[in-house]
This record gives sequence, structure tokens and C-alpha cells, in this order.
Amino acid sequence: MNEPLIEFSNFTFKYRAQKKPTLTDISLRIFKGEKILIAGPSGSGKSTLGSCLNGLIPFNNPGTITGELLIGGKKPESVFSLGVSVGTVLQDTDAQFVGLSSGEDIAFSLENLAVTQNEMKKRVQKAAKLVEASGYLTHSPQRLSGGQKQRVSMAGVLIDNAPILLFDEPLAALDPLTGKYATALIDEIARDTGCTIIIIEHRLEDVLWKHIDRVIVLDNGRIIADAPPDEIVVSEKLDKIGLRRPLYVTALERAGVSVMPGSNPGRIETLRLSNGDKEKLRLWAKAVTQPPFENASKSETSKNKEEPPEKEAQENTPLLDIKNVGFTYDETGTAALRDVSFKLYPGEMTAIVGANGAGKSTLAKLIVGFETESAGTICYNGEDMSDFTIPERAERIGYVMQNPNQMICKPMIFDEVALGLRVRGFPESEVAERVERVLDVCGLSRFVKWPISALSYGQKKRVTIADALVLNPQIIILDEPTAGQDYKHYTDIMEFLAQLNCRGVTVLLITHDMHLCLEYAKRAIVFSDGRLVADRQTYELLSDPALAKKASLRETSLYELARLCGIDDAKVLIKAYLSGFGADNTAGRGI
Amino acid sequence: MALFGYIPRNSQVHRLTGATKLIFTLALSIAAMITFDTRFIAFVIALSIILFAISKVRLSELKAVLVFITIFLVINNVAIFLFAPEHGVMIYGTRHELLRISGRYALTYEQLFYQLNVTLKYFAIVPVALIFFLTTEPGEFASSLNTIKVHYKIAFAVSLAMRYIPDVQRSFREISQAQQARGVDISKKASLKARVGGILTILFPLVFSSLDKIEMISNAMELRGFGRLKRRTWYSARAFSKWDFAVITVSLLCVGLSVLTLIVNGGRFYNPFTNPF
Repeated sequence: MNEPLIEFSNFTFKYRAQKKPTLTDISLRIFKGEKILIAGPSGSGKSTLGSCLNGLIPFNNPGTITGELLIGGKKPESVFSLGVSVGTVLQDTDAQFVGLSSGEDIAFSLENLAVTQNEMKKRVQKAAKLVEASGYLTHSPQRLSGGQKQRVSMAGVLIDNAPILLFDEPLAALDPLTGKYATALIDEIARDTGCTIIIIEHRLEDVLWKHIDRVIVLDNGRIIADAPPDEIVVSEKLDKIGLRRPLYVTALERAGVSVMPGSNPGRIETLRLSNGDKEKLRLWAKAVTQPPFENASKSETSKNKEEPPEKEAQENTPLLDIKNVGFTYDETGTAALRDVSFKLYPGEMTAIVGANGAGKSTLAKLIVGFETESAGTICYNGEDMSDFTIPERAERIGYVMQNPNQMICKPMIFDEVALGLRVRGFPESEVAERVERVLDVCGLSRFVKWPISALSYGQKKRVTIADALVLNPQIIILDEPTAGQDYKHYTDIMEFLAQLNCRGVTVLLITHDMHLCLEYAKRAIVFSDGRLVADRQTYELLSDPALAKKASLRETSLYELARLCGIDDAKVLIKAYLSGFGADNTAGRGI
Repeated sequence: MALFGYIPRNSQVHRLTGATKLIFTLALSIAAMITFDTRFIAFVIALSIILFAISKVRLSELKAVLVFITIFLVINNVAIFLFAPEHGVMIYGTRHELLRISGRYALTYEQLFYQLNVTLKYFAIVPVALIFFLTTEPGEFASSLNTIKVHYKIAFAVSLAMRYIPDVQRSFREISQAQQARGVDISKKASLKARVGGILTILFPLVFSSLDKIEMISNAMELRGFGRLKRRTWYSARAFSKWDFAVITVSLLCVGLSVLTLIVNGGRFYNPFTNPF
């Protein structure tokens, strides 16, 4: 039998600053040419495992190791001198872009090896060709899209001819469609180079879309599963640790089909179903969606959600009325938004979707007054907002940025949430009362006296939501509320927002997360290239492949499942799936 | 806020290597600092105006910087006059009074001429330095620093800093908007105390998010082998062309000429008052 390329034997690692080991008793062998997915919830130790492979541990992050790790049969000696080198593509491709142009960035590791300039230019060309990035070698990072940046990062690692490639959460910063391409690209690289590929990711379904040899599941620093995808996706262990199984598997199980590894459920393309199973799914979908279609909305408070937006117009004053709004950047003269109109009614939970750069965030900035529209008007409760200052708008419309670290400015939680009230001159007794109430709503009461630094990312996110809520806004706008969160934390945040929504706060989500859209927002407004291209119920959007593509959403695997089972109208299946979901979640998960 | 940094354009100045531009900038600054010879400074000004024209940098792109420098220049001139109103007289050894103000203050031709020279020096040096910053790509600049024997780690740090200035400016803007939404007022309407407090609430997250980023970048750089060897090569390094040699020659000539004025004038000052022109 051939030698493993990577071998962990009873490997345990403890960070110097921590009491308990982050990785415990890991024994794992990876062979040359394998394509491995390492999955696990946040804090499971999967990134730590990656850092052990590329040498950041223990050389940059010291700690205690027991057991052994061999790479290419040798013990790693420093970040540089690994006998066999491991090329790493880090999660945030934006932050690690060191070059002033794509070409320079790709060449970075060759520069460090003092390769001559001629040789460098040749190899950059070659690596760029491999990832199809040749078209923008002279472009600066600001001019690249998320997907392009990732290609450049990949080329920068490939150029080294490392036999092992490590991808640390490669999909985290990408919209679903770009993420799909990225997965395909990794697959191509694996085939073209014959490298051993290790992907660390919690978005199982998005990675399993292409062939993977083995999935290694980590929880609490231990390996709890090590098996081919066909076995992993049907394992109940995933549900227990808060990893999401592919939608089509969940849908099949809901329909009472028992999915076995033998029917190759690892990828929907390889999935085989008996005619009886297909019939079961068809019947289930039909039964659940028989009118009246009430299940889906039973957990919601407002009746608006079931009806198409146009019908409400006569009954209600819109809370927010966007009329023919346009926005052009002064410096460049490029139009970021053109002639956008829509109405938002009280009690809605609506998603704004679209590719990066489609104008979603620009719209949010116009609504909260960070930028001023160049055309059209924005009305709040029937009142034109153009004379409102940013703080005045904040009392009506709360805005939560994507990165909580960019918002939090006080070391203590209480002071942080109280800031908005204190600068408005409220008496301290009222400040205390309101802050406590809002912390209670956000499930943060226990932490009143805590420093911010002791909180997790998800808790910090809730602090920033509390920052906005303390001013009693009617609407809250969240920019990518779940970016970079694993399924559990993501569910926590979304359940919390759904509860807020039930209390009467109107929620506007800016997102490119398809699942989030599908499961929580009833209405989706789609932006593409600065225009509003669709405004409809989410399940309709997701069952329309052309539109979903425009929104840079990936068509859901339910769509493919519907096709496989001969359900003509994919909407039926998606609706059926959603109804089951609604029932599950009202069981009181989350905060 | 206007971003101040490298503006890519296609001009002869852009095509010079960063090292050449750095040498030229340093040489001209030294030359203009050594002497107060009005004729020589005028020559340097002419040179920098020509260079500015060739560089295709637009005056409008420099507005913010120029306003700042002008304010500084005015303050400097007023301060010189307040603290040393007779400095010109002392230097040139004659006294031609133009206007009696009061007490020890009087306007003399000598003082005016001295301050004119100080002002001209600004005009000689500032455009050259600005052109250097605006036409030199940070990556290429790092390689240039490295060619003139600065250690590559320092050279790279400088270029990385230049590369991240726009990023930091963008975060600052985003954070300050988010804080304004919470009611933090940093506009002119707020009291000085409130503004200082407001700025602090912006700096806190800015510093912390920047620190996160620095750690990420340094890990990313190390994973890709930065610092592995004693030397490194540069992807964007450019070979010296005949233009580079020509410009370096001119730079050295300027320094030489500047030293020559010292000898001709018998000191740093050219004195039109004793040897009228």
C-alpha cells in the first residue's frame, strides 16, 4: 500500500491561551491525489486543522502538541521549510491581496523565492491561464469582482507547484452563483494538476456539488465521521452538530423516502431513485401544497406576506415608498441605481437580492441617508425624507452593517448599546431602562456587565442589532446578516430576526444567501446592474432559473429534484419544502 | 475626501523607474534647500512645471493638497515676519524701508526678498514631490527602494502602506457613517468636546478592524514565503532606460549647479542689494 501524504496520529493541539485543546486525538491519513472536504460547525477546530497543515500552527500560533503530524513523511519545521509544501488559499481573498495588480499578486511567492523577472512573467501567464484569469492581469484589486479575486488567489498558490492545495472556506465571501463556479474551478484544478486537494467548508451542499472523495466531519475538536459523501449526507450526525444536509436529501426524507448510501445521494447528479420513491415525493408535494396553502404562513403574523405586493397598495400606507430613485457616483459618473421603485409595508420581512455590485447596498445607503439620491424620492410613512438628517433617519430606520467590528465602538456592552440614547441626551434612568429592555429582547441580558471582547461573532452581531433597535426604529435594514456564519449561528440570528418581525418590526435583508431568502423572507426584490428586475414571492423567484441567475442565486437543488421526479412545476416542491420548514422552526429553536 | 495616491496614466514621467524619480526628487530638494539663489530656484521651478506638464497629472486632482500647502505657506510667512522681521536686513546687510508699521515692525525690501525666496522654495520642491507620489506605482516604488539598498522588508512595508491608504480611507468613511446614524455628531455644528468624543468612537472600531486585517495579511504573506530568503526579486521592477540615465544626470547636475551658486555668491544667499542687476 502506498504511503499517506499527510498523516495525523493521535494528534492533539492546545492553543497557548486556552485551557482545553482545540483538536483532540486526531488520527487521519490523506493520500496523494485525494480530494477531501473537512466540514464542521464554527469552533469545531476545522480551521485549526488547516493551520496545522500549512504550518501557521505551531510556528505563528504557538501551543502544545501531543501526537504526531507527518507531511510527506516528515515533521513540519517552519512555515517555509515544509518538506512538501502546502499552498493555502485563505478565506478572505480581499484582505490577502498584497499586489497592486493581479499579475503582481500572482507572482508574490515567486518574488520571495527570488525567481528572475522573465521566468516570473512566464509562469504568471501559465498560472493565470489555468484559472482563466489572463484577461485581467494588469487590473488593480479594486477593479476585480469577488470571483475574479478568488481566481487570482488560486493562481497565486498554483504558481508554486505545491502538491497539496488547501482551501480555507473558499465560498464564504462569494455569492451562490460565483461559489458554484469556484467549486467547479477547484474540481478542474484537481484534475489538471493532480494535486491533493483539501477544502475546509461548512456549506456542504455547495461543495458536494462536484466530486469529493471523502468528507471528514469535525465536532468539538474530534473527528466524528470520515466517509464518502454518499454516506455522509444521510448521516444523522450532521443534524446533531448543526451542519445542514443538502436540501434534496431533507426534502426526500420529509416525504418519507428513506435515502440510503446505495442510491448515491452524495450529489444530486448521481442520485438514483426508484419509481416508487419518485411517486412518494410527488404525492407528498401535492398533499402538502393542497389549497388552502396555510402551513407556510402559519408562523407569521402579518397577512401581507401571502399576497402579492400590488394588492396591498389600496389597503395600507406603505412604511417605505421608494419612487423612481436613481444614484450616480460623482467621481466617476457611473450610475449605481436607475429608476428604482417599490413599496415596503409594515410587518414585512423582505429580501433584497442580487450579485455583488448590483446596487443593493447603495440602495440601503440612500435609505439611511449616507448617500443622497440623484433622482426620485424616498418617503417614510408618506413623508418625503429628503430633509431628514442621518441621525433623524436612524430613529425610524435602523441599519446594521455586515461586519460588527466596524460598528462597535465601546469596550462595554451596556455603554455600546446606550451610546445612541446618550448622545441624544436622554436622562440616564430612561437610558438604563431602554437598554435593559433591548438587551432582553436580543437575548443579551446575561451579558450586561460584560466586555464586548468576551463575545462571539454572532453575539457581537446581536449587539449591533441592539444598537439599532434601542432607538425604536420601525424598520431595520441588515446588510448580509448571516455572512460567514455556520448553520447553527445563522439559524440563531435568523430566528431572532423572525421573532423581532413578529413583534412588529419591519425587516429588510440585503443578502445573496439563497437559503436565507427561501426560508425567511416571503418577498424578494431582485437587483441586477442597478435596476430592479423583479419583485415577487421568493419561491417563485427560486423556481425561475433565468431570474435566479440574474440575481446571482444558484438554482436550488430542489429544482433539480423536481425534474428528477417528474414534477413539472418546481414551485410545488419548493412550497412543500418550505411548509415543512416553517413547522419545524416554530418549535422554538434559537434564542 | 479626495484620495491621494498613485494615478495610473501613460506619460513619459510614469515610464521612468521609481528609483529615478526618487533620486530626482531627493536631488532637487537638496539642491533647492542648499541655496537661496533666486535665479537657481526659478530654474528649478521651471523644471518642475515642465515635468508637471509632461506627467499628465491634472491640477484638479491636487486641489485638496494644494489648499493645505497654501495655508501652511501663509502661516509660515506670517510667522517668519512676526518672529524675525529684520532677518532679511541681517542677511543682505542693507536696509531699504518700504513701509513703517509700528514698534519693531517695518516692511523692508530685504525682508520681502528673503520671504520671496522662502516661498519660491516651496514652489520648487512641492510639485516635484507630488509628481513623485502620483506617478509612482507603490509596488514599483518598493523595488526601487530595494535597488538603492534599502532592505526589502522595509521597502515592501512602505509600499504596502501606500497600497492600503485608500482602504483605510474607505473604512473610515463607512464607520463614520454608521456612527452618525447612531447620532454621533462630528460635523462643525457640534461642540469641540463632542467632536473629539465623536472622532474617538470612530477610531476605536477603525483601529480594531485594521489590527485584524494586519494579522490576516501578515499570515497570508508568510504562507506565500515572504521573508524566506535574504533577497527577493520584483515582478514589477523595470530596467533603466536611456531616459532614466538622462534624468539622473540632470539631477546630479542640479545639485552641482546648486553647489556652484554657493561659490559664486560666496554663501547661501544671492544678494541683489549690494551688486544690483
